[in-house]
Amino acid sequence: MKQALMLGIAAFLAAGVAGADTLRMAVTTSFHNSGLAEVLLPEIQMDLDLDVQLLVVGTGQALKLGQAGDVDAILVHSRASEEAFVAEGYGTHRREIMYNDFVLIGPAADPATIGDAAKVTDAMAAIARAEASFVSRGDDSGTHKKELSLWRNADLDPDGFGPWYRAVVAGMGAALNTASALDAYIMSDRASWLNFGNKGGLELLFSGDPVLFNQYAFLPVDPARHPHVKADLVAKLETWLTSARAAELIDGYTIEGETLFVFNAK
Amino acid sequence: MVTELFPLTLKDAETSRRGKRLVGPLDLTLDGQGLCVVIGPNGAGKTTLLRLMHGTARLTGGRIDWACDTAEARHHQAFVFQRPIVLRRTVEENLTYPLRLRRVAKAAARAAAEEWARRVGLHALLSHRAGTLSGGEQQKLAIARALITKPALVFLDEPTASLDGRATREIEGILQKAKADGTRLILSTHDMGQARRIGDQVVFMLGGRVHETASASAFFERATTPEARAFINGEIVE
Amino acid sequence: MRHAFWLVVTLDAELAEIALRSLRVTLTALVIACVIALPLSAILAVRRFRWRRSVIAVLNALMGLPPVVVGLIVYIFLSRSGPLGALGLLFTPTAMIVAQVIIIVPLIASIAHQSLRDLWAEYHDLLISLNVSQSQKVRTLLWDSRRALLTAALAGFGRGIGEVGAIMIVGGNIDNATRVLTTAIALETGKGQFALALALGFVLIALALGVNLAIHWIGQTERDSRW
Repeated sequence: MKQALMLGIAAFLAAGVAGADTLRMAVTTSFHNSGLAEVLLPEIQMDLDLDVQLLVVGTGQALKLGQAGDVDAILVHSRASEEAFVAEGYGTHRREIMYNDFVLIGPAADPATIGDAAKVTDAMAAIARAEASFVSRGDDSGTHKKELSLWRNADLDPDGFGPWYRAVVAGMGAALNTASALDAYIMSDRASWLNFGNKGGLELLFSGDPVLFNQYAFLPVDPARHPHVKADLVAKLETWLTSARAAELIDGYTIEGETLFVFNAK
Repeated sequence: MVTELFPLTLKDAETSRRGKRLVGPLDLTLDGQGLCVVIGPNGAGKTTLLRLMHGTARLTGGRIDWACDTAEARHHQAFVFQRPIVLRRTVEENLTYPLRLRRVAKAAARAAAEEWARRVGLHALLSHRAGTLSGGEQQKLAIARALITKPALVFLDEPTASLDGRATREIEGILQKAKADGTRLILSTHDMGQARRIGDQVVFMLGGRVHETASASAFFERATTPEARAFINGEIVE
Repeated sequence: MRHAFWLVVTLDAELAEIALRSLRVTLTALVIACVIALPLSAILAVRRFRWRRSVIAVLNALMGLPPVVVGLIVYIFLSRSGPLGALGLLFTPTAMIVAQVIIIVPLIASIAHQSLRDLWAEYHDLLISLNVSQSQKVRTLLWDSRRALLTAALAGFGRGIGEVGAIMIVGGNIDNATRVLTTAIALETGKGQFALALALGFVLIALALGVNLAIHWIGQTERDSRW
């Protein structure tokens, strides 16, 4: 009986040994929530015989993982931080892959009447004026930084906002949950919104302003700084992500009939 | 080869705890003939004396010498406690435990356990958990467990103090039989009747000191010290 | 909602993989933790040494370690930029096992120690009189306390199977690699997929209860003969 138990334990432990040709990439929650990864990863597995392991974290944590060398590459959407990442020698370069857009979500009744706004800065100003409930990511992610830049463009300082402005420090899904529960306004990427399963009384109220476009970039971690990084596999992945095949898959990806991403790699 | 433990000599032996002397100083020589009874009222120090001899109480003064090396002597002794300590196992497992400790093979140990269970009248309870036995049965188990390794000497600390008349007599019978088989016994009791029934030698203790040592008949008929006489007359209770 | 329960009922392959991984990580951690904690608590019960009381106090205090903090510390050690980075253990099930072992050892040791200490008080005079060696003392105590030790182990298992903070940090919740039931529940909840998260939750409960019942059953069947 004891022997069987020992063998069982050994088999259990052995079952976890990883296979060959794997790559670790940190991606943002926004990217993961879009569901695009579920389309791309199997194709990558087939075309390159490469198993890409995704760590789904906020932009801040993704950059930190890249700095520590705990991942081989990162895919984020925060240009300023990305350029700093490369400038400080953590990444070799920055390769743009695709962009999607952000949208403003809010209660169907739209108390701040942002549905009529012409530009996004007007919409933001309207929300601040009405002091309508607003949920912010608050987690230093790409989405959060984008949101802050929108307030700044409207000459508003979030630090001075009253309790109507709630920073939750959470991923996109969790923040949308909170907004849904509070019937509040929130800025989200289109993909996360479309995929979100708990919309409640919320609706998409404002979109389309070019300011809201959101660029995703691929950054390989610098092997000079972290020799263990699988630089050749990363290069293969980068080539694939900027190929015609990837373009086809990315441009063709839809949720409820709407395309989410626009491939723009050069 | 039979290791000879006796004579056992105590010289100025004493034990203290936190500066207070519990027992001693004692001068005593035991030749181990038959069954030696340590008798005295409650609180006289009988338990402490037995533990000192067995080595489970710490000697803080004087010396205790066996005929052989002390560690060797310890190996051939057993101790039966006033309230029986049984393992949380079956009667059979309790009996085989000391044998298994000495690396006796399982089959031989079980055979010995059965034999001893029979001798003390616990054969029907072999597969019962020891905790479910009555007080008397547990004490018989403890004694069988002590005797199963064939020790040269067994200490028994007031073994029948908490038992009824019938259990007491059964146990005294077992002890007489063990004595007849050659096992030396040192037993403490405050029951004079028991001392008269089974004692061959008597050590009388009072207030942590040994007041008189004699053969049983000599002690009960012609006790020399006034304290002994007072105790025999039932004048000292504690 | 229906879709979610359908996945559960038909033993969807991915769900099975996640559930199996949950079991594998926590059961492995449990075995390792018991191997460390049980002899440790037995030795603490029978051996007298100067810092014994402090060690016991520290052990009891460690039970209150927030698991997520343990995860953070293990991450710092296993990160490539950390002292043990070269081992390449980060974001693997092994890292998760390490974190869980650290979390449940104090729990198992403290509970076990309490029972062992009580039993030692009971057996003390007898075992000393029988000249039992240290290792024999430990073995006797462990064997005779096995029911209580099993309870301690099951407490450790419960703590481990429901843990999410530490293994999220050191495991990374990577699909097909380090995702387990608790981290999957966190992920789906974050996506707003409450029905699926709930279904996963029921699977987790069933798993935890199943293991508990199985272990109790194994214990009971031998009740008449030896236990």
